[in-house]
Amino acid sequence: MPVIKVDGLSKVFGKNTKEALKLLDQGKSKEEILKETGCTVGVNRASFEVEAGEVFVIMGLSGSGKSTLVRLLNRLIEPTEGSVIVDKEDLATVDKETLRRVRREKMSMVFQKFALFPHRTILENTEFGLEIQGVDKETRSKKSKESLELVGLGNYIHQYPEQLSGGMQQRVGLARALANDPDVLLMDEAFSALDPLIRKDMQDELLDLQESMQKTIIFITHDLDEALRIGDRIALMKDGSIVQIGSPEEILVNPANDYVEKFVEDVDRSKVLTAENIMKRPETINIEKHGPRVALERMKDEGLSSIYVTDRKRNLKGYVLADDVSEARKNNISDLSEILKTDVPTVTKDTPMHDIFEIIHDSHVPIAVVEDGKLLGILVRGAVIGALAGEGEVNLENA
Amino acid sequence: MLDFMPKIPVAEAIENATDWITDAFSFIFQPIKDDFGDFMDWTADMLAAIPPIIVILIVIVLAFFISGKRFGLPVFSLVGLWFIYNQGLWEELMSTFALVLIASILAVIIGVPVGILMSKSKIAESIITPILDFMQTMPAFVYLIPAVAFFGIGMVPGIFASIIFAMPPTVRFTNLGIRQVSTELVEASEAFGSTGSQKLFKVELPMAKGTIMAGINQTVMLSLSMVVIASMIGSPGLGRDVLSALQRANAGTGFVAGLGIVILAIIIDRFTQNINTKKAD
Repeated sequence: MPVIKVDGLSKVFGKNTKEALKLLDQGKSKEEILKETGCTVGVNRASFEVEAGEVFVIMGLSGSGKSTLVRLLNRLIEPTEGSVIVDKEDLATVDKETLRRVRREKMSMVFQKFALFPHRTILENTEFGLEIQGVDKETRSKKSKESLELVGLGNYIHQYPEQLSGGMQQRVGLARALANDPDVLLMDEAFSALDPLIRKDMQDELLDLQESMQKTIIFITHDLDEALRIGDRIALMKDGSIVQIGSPEEILVNPANDYVEKFVEDVDRSKVLTAENIMKRPETINIEKHGPRVALERMKDEGLSSIYVTDRKRNLKGYVLADDVSEARKNNISDLSEILKTDVPTVTKDTPMHDIFEIIHDSHVPIAVVEDGKLLGILVRGAVIGALAGEGEVNLENA
Repeated sequence: MLDFMPKIPVAEAIENATDWITDAFSFIFQPIKDDFGDFMDWTADMLAAIPPIIVILIVIVLAFFISGKRFGLPVFSLVGLWFIYNQGLWEELMSTFALVLIASILAVIIGVPVGILMSKSKIAESIITPILDFMQTMPAFVYLIPAVAFFGIGMVPGIFASIIFAMPPTVRFTNLGIRQVSTELVEASEAFGSTGSQKLFKVELPMAKGTIMAGINQTVMLSLSMVVIASMIGSPGLGRDVLSALQRANAGTGFVAGLGIVILAIIIDRFTQNINTKKAD
């Protein structure tokens, strides 16, 4: 069951919202609606579901409505239409009391510019959520300290925000959100204000934390690399509408339209694609069935200088080189195991392309992709470079 | 061509209204005049009853700590207050201080909530802003007339006029300070489920404190500037000396009393400003 179910959620800024919604139904564009009604469409009929424990990234350029969308989820901005179902309650219509309870117990938010209270110490900042719930001082101090420990700031509790670096401030922001122990974390461009190195650290840390916490995270970003790095699924927004929702691979490999394609063009694919996406069906010979003659023939047919050897169950045994095989044939050796080489370069199907480079660079044979000892596919140097350049040849069927 | 209408009797209307209010609300004005007047006199008497040397010592010690353990303000306070004492104006100083103190406190008690209301409601802001403009630009003397009608002469009408004249900065700065709190901080407090009053007291007011204090500083200064004017309707204090010097064309005593006001103004200003910057750190 999804933790959050968003259905037809829209926000129109301006006075004549009804008219604007009508025009939206007629399929008019954002500009046309602005011209005709003076209303700005912030979010246009967004629908998606987020599962428990999922990192759901909403990404888009500035002005695409992503920050508005996240604020519609906890109703910092009042939705014009649509529903946000959390725990069977539609947050778009619940009364203030219920909304407050949901904000206190189920959803916390992390802000782009940290939004720490400058007049409160780090500990007091972290305690804020618990404090307004009326939790007693001892409990909230204990929980907040745990939460600060979690983000590695246990020693800074009596400092003030301005005494901390940006990265540390955002850790406080994260600790403050976690102290409430919410089901859902809303992170609005949480790492965008940090410099690239710190940002990467924070992403790693978030992923580490997520591994143990298993929160449901809705993460807003304009940075595709970031989205691909941390997102289980990504929703791409343009002009207030969601244009595509999918896993990082799906978005990269099968962009839904030109816009998405343009977006993903610049991405460093090596960080996203894994061995699984670029491996090929291997030519193999069966060591239990075939001898040097078959091996040589098959290599000749395919123009290979080496071939992988498996048993009947496709368990990888090793490889043989063409030279060795023809030598063996001359000497009438019929058992391939005598010339079998076992120094096989292997990776798993989840190895990112980034790591494959180094291995493939040093290897004179294709890399084997193995799982539980079974040969799944091979990686040929040409295909790896091709995939990196963004030339088709990438398959998702194995995914 | 412009004479198509006889003169509109605005002055008469106001006069009638004032008379009517004076009559109709005398059951409120009378006790305020009596009891509050007594309280004012009592405050001034109490202040005057403290030996000057003790007042001066207290001011010096406070000045030392408030100005961050520097000596400028304490030395100035010592010399200034001693000078006023030396000129035989101590009792007047205490009266003036009582008037400023009470007028300012009342102006703040009324002004801050009004400012909060303004910051929370666009409608309130659009109604109150022109009223504030009116209060600030109308010559201060004009307030004295109804003040006398309501409260007779003495300290009470002086306080009344001072409050009207001095309150606008506190209202405006409170409104401004709260509206200036960054959206993200307001959003943060809301996102964690604050109620309206939690947001106000835990986030907005602490964040706006510096600006509000600047407004209060202005209010105190303005109410001090009213003491001379208020002396025209019988408020005691340094202003009365200035006024009587003016009536007798006595430049010397006028200057001395004026200097007393300046000294008091500087001390009060530095005090309120330093409290402000110190807390804002």
